[in-house]
Amino acid sequence: MSGDVPSSASVVVIGAGIVGNSVVGHLAELGWRDIVQIDKGPLPNPGGSTGHASNFIFPVDHNKEMAMLTLDSQRQYEEMGVNVTCGGIEVARTEERMEELRRRMSSAKNWDMEAHLVTPAEIKELVPFINEEILLGGCYFPTVSAVDSLRAGTIFREKATGLGALQTVANTEILGIETDRGRVTAVVTEKGRVGAEYVVIACGVWSPRIARMAGASIPLTPTVHQMIDVGPIPILQESGKELAFPIVRDMDTFMYERQTSGSMEVGSYAHRPIFHSPDEIPSIAEARLSPTELPFTDDDFDAQLEDALELMPDILSGAEIKYAINGLLSLTPDAMPLIGETVEVRNLWSAAAIWIKEGPGTGRAVAEWMTNGYPELDPHASDIARFYPYARTEHHIRARCAEHFNKTYGIVHPREQWASERDKRLSPVHSRTAELGAVYFEAGGWERPHWYESNAPLVDHYGIEDRPHEWDRRWWSPIQNAEHLAMREKVGLVDLAPFVIFDFTGPGVVDFIQRMTVNNADVAVGRSVYTPLLTGSGGFKADLTVLRLAEEHFRVITGAFDGPRDKHWFRSHLPEDGSVHMSDSTSAYTTIGVWGPEARNLVSSITDHDLSNEAFPYGTTQAVDFGSINARLFRISYVGDLGWEVYVPTEAGRLMWDSLWEAGHDLGVVAVGAGVYGTTGRLEKGYRLMGSELESEYNPVEAGLARPRVKDHDFVGKEAYLAAREEEPAAILCTLTVEDHVSPRDGIKRYPTGREPITTTDGGRIVDRKGRPSYVTTAGAGPSVGKFLLMAYLPPEHAVVGNDLAMMYMNEVYPVKVVVAGSTPLFDPDDARMKG
Amino acid sequence: MRTLVCIKRVPAPGARIVLTDDRQAIDARHLPFTTSPHEECAVEEAVRLKEQHGGSVVVMTLGPAEAEEQLRYAVSVGADEAALLVTDGADWDPQATAAALAAKIELLEAGDGWFDLILFGNESADSGGYQVGIRVANALDRPVVGGIKGIDIEGETIVARRETDAGFEVYRLPLPAVVAVKEGINLPRYPTLPSRLRAKKVEVSSSSPDHTPGGLRMLRLVNPPEVASSTTILGQGPEAASAVADMFEELGLL
Repeated sequence: MSGDVPSSASVVVIGAGIVGNSVVGHLAELGWRDIVQIDKGPLPNPGGSTGHASNFIFPVDHNKEMAMLTLDSQRQYEEMGVNVTCGGIEVARTEERMEELRRRMSSAKNWDMEAHLVTPAEIKELVPFINEEILLGGCYFPTVSAVDSLRAGTIFREKATGLGALQTVANTEILGIETDRGRVTAVVTEKGRVGAEYVVIACGVWSPRIARMAGASIPLTPTVHQMIDVGPIPILQESGKELAFPIVRDMDTFMYERQTSGSMEVGSYAHRPIFHSPDEIPSIAEARLSPTELPFTDDDFDAQLEDALELMPDILSGAEIKYAINGLLSLTPDAMPLIGETVEVRNLWSAAAIWIKEGPGTGRAVAEWMTNGYPELDPHASDIARFYPYARTEHHIRARCAEHFNKTYGIVHPREQWASERDKRLSPVHSRTAELGAVYFEAGGWERPHWYESNAPLVDHYGIEDRPHEWDRRWWSPIQNAEHLAMREKVGLVDLAPFVIFDFTGPGVVDFIQRMTVNNADVAVGRSVYTPLLTGSGGFKADLTVLRLAEEHFRVITGAFDGPRDKHWFRSHLPEDGSVHMSDSTSAYTTIGVWGPEARNLVSSITDHDLSNEAFPYGTTQAVDFGSINARLFRISYVGDLGWEVYVPTEAGRLMWDSLWEAGHDLGVVAVGAGVYGTTGRLEKGYRLMGSELESEYNPVEAGLARPRVKDHDFVGKEAYLAAREEEPAAILCTLTVEDHVSPRDGIKRYPTGREPITTTDGGRIVDRKGRPSYVTTAGAGPSVGKFLLMAYLPPEHAVVGNDLAMMYMNEVYPVKVVVAGSTPLFDPDDARMKG
Repeated sequence: MRTLVCIKRVPAPGARIVLTDDRQAIDARHLPFTTSPHEECAVEEAVRLKEQHGGSVVVMTLGPAEAEEQLRYAVSVGADEAALLVTDGADWDPQATAAALAAKIELLEAGDGWFDLILFGNESADSGGYQVGIRVANALDRPVVGGIKGIDIEGETIVARRETDAGFEVYRLPLPAVVAVKEGINLPRYPTLPSRLRAKKVEVSSSSPDHTPGGLRMLRLVNPPEVASSTTILGQGPEAASAVADMFEELGLL
């Protein structure tokens, strides 16, 4: 219904596609009232991506967050009665794809989705018109479904209107968004101004344009996805149903085929990436079909026509192409959605770059986030705050989207690195690490050495075994294990430039930091605290280190991947009275790690400062001069060995590295990459990593990070944390070893990459009392303990040292054993090396 | 039976037309293009006649290089050969268009024999001149009739029907003849996947025609004033049924 706009609202939701509708539905259910939803198009189909979507859901995804959002969405569609289960098959034309399907079986097991590997003959039985002769096999997912997303949207709106919570204004364009001192205050439409405390941008491909009106960024690009409708097809017509046959994903050709009553919809992700600017999408009047159904460019689809004909020759040869579009949808640089409060404007929320299959689930997450301070499901991979400023540029967005568009159905190795947009953030010591043959992986846009080719001779020296299977060897090198051993034997020099550093000062700073951290941060000047930050429900939000540099000066150090989100979390909790000042010092300093038994000897050789254990205990920080370089030393290491992190002004970074490198020459210093401190070093010490072990669905008790005492000071999540300490943990984070690496099928040793299901020895899924499945959170070598290590949460009955369990890798079963239940390190359990 | 169909590449109808700032052309940035609707039916008619009487269909257009898209589409629904008379993209006036087409037709007929039937659309969807088919017929000294909604071939005669309020007018023309048809004469088929692929590989013969402008000169384009329409909601849900029934009665449908 269009009409006048109200003069005020508690929240304005811009957009009436599946996302906007889901957001208003869930907000209303959570108790919000005076919700005003605005769309420039008509209802029920305002002309966005929802209107022409293929509407099917394949729930299996290697990405846990996406899988959970999809499952929740599917459940919601089912509850609304708009979910038709038809099953789906991913078919394989190549052996490489068959391996990938076996990998998908593991993800299916993790998220409890039914999946079966099938032969070409079995595929033919399910889809009689398929040409099974060109296939090697497939994976059949019986729970694949198709939904009526327009009807679902209407139901969401009706629920909200029924509660008296919602007014929807259609056919009304947004002209501007007003803000005041960094906070949103109103939305200006062509029919008038609506004052609002909160605004949610849920308008798909138009979102960046709308966000820019408020001075905020939503980093997505409208992208073409081609689809055609072919019919009439007799066997489909005769079925009498909209979906009588499973939907087919022809993964190797990046295409899908889904029945729509008497026709077959054929879609492609194989064509060249075609981007449009949000400012140049035609208006509804200018568009012949709709603004997101653009004229078909048939040259781009030719190769796909041949592929489709090859797969379904009988039915596609005679049918006519009735409908063909270049459909517009949203892509982001890392292919995950954009939800959460924008980092630029308070109370301005993003719910964008969301596809049908995760629509209702993300709508719920956004509504919960707005209501409770954080959603029930961990949204860290979809959090819009995750992007650094450089990644929000159109240049970066398009380059990355162009790269991953054609990987939509691609086989992506878990450790795979991007090819585009590299060399954007270079450490001050980059030229030195490059000379040493650093193989760089990207971390927060930084080129971070993962291992060094110049260390190759160490592989034979330490007798490191290579991995026999190509997949396991990808984006890995035995040099990593050799660097690890060299570091633990002598000393390693580590380029830690990507660290994210914040400085907090001001009269209110102690109270502020104490309110954010779990562990006591009101420590003596020069001391540090390693602490989680919790959500309101007591789950992990961040995991970082706080240094007290002065009475009213705290420095926070966090990792490259979490930095931007942690920054937004801190900023949005700052007191309004200006008593705390926060600054981002990431680019002001660079960090070099000096770790290993010779670390003290190395550093002492170039300074007169007393670095003895008595003068410089573990976990403390002091300012130290090296010649005329002002450095700060922090006695800590992420590999659990003796050592320091050396912080210097960026401009002195290379000089500091050179000084340390030269001083370490006679001590056997080795350049050490992230392969060691990100995996092998920390695995041996049982150090947990945010995003791997630590997620908002788990609490410090379960993760083995609960300290004996809880500080008196109040902090975010304290109540929930105290409650968690009172009860029996539902899961315990354990370290396990792989007992036998030999593949039953191939007879060669296999090495898991992470996210493999942990099962009982007879293959039964292990789930804790909160319904969370057990799977590998990190996998890697423990060279100093001579074992291959895994970390996984296990329910208490399984979290027993010596317990024999199993792990599923590439659809095969491997025996594993629990070696630590809790956080006791496997290597140097008393921490004697690092604290000595 | 050898048939020639002359078609034109036009903006697809249905979307609002935006003019360039100088009002000399339309802003084609978001516009889909297609074959002018009358001509789409002409192509279909030609293909049907071929299916009934054998022979071949040549499709021809005067237009920009992009018009090759429309020629290939015609091939994908059954035309056999395609000829493009390339222009710089600007719309030629009807006299210039007809002169160029006629010259090309004479060239083709000199080589391969005459076309029994040449089909045009009654008028193009964009410029709507109503003249090109008639001017070409005159240049070739052949009988022509326009506004045709039905065609039959009886021996060496073409029987063409034109709709009127009272029924049909029936014309009989000796072959070779020229006919301008109107949308509604048939329902054009869509291409199939294989035929689309085949059409991609067909060679389109291309030539650059002489441009001899006629007397018609365009000063500028103007958007007609929008007629505001009103919508009355009859009701929602089952309660609206009786209101709908009343409306049907009013319209004389019951």
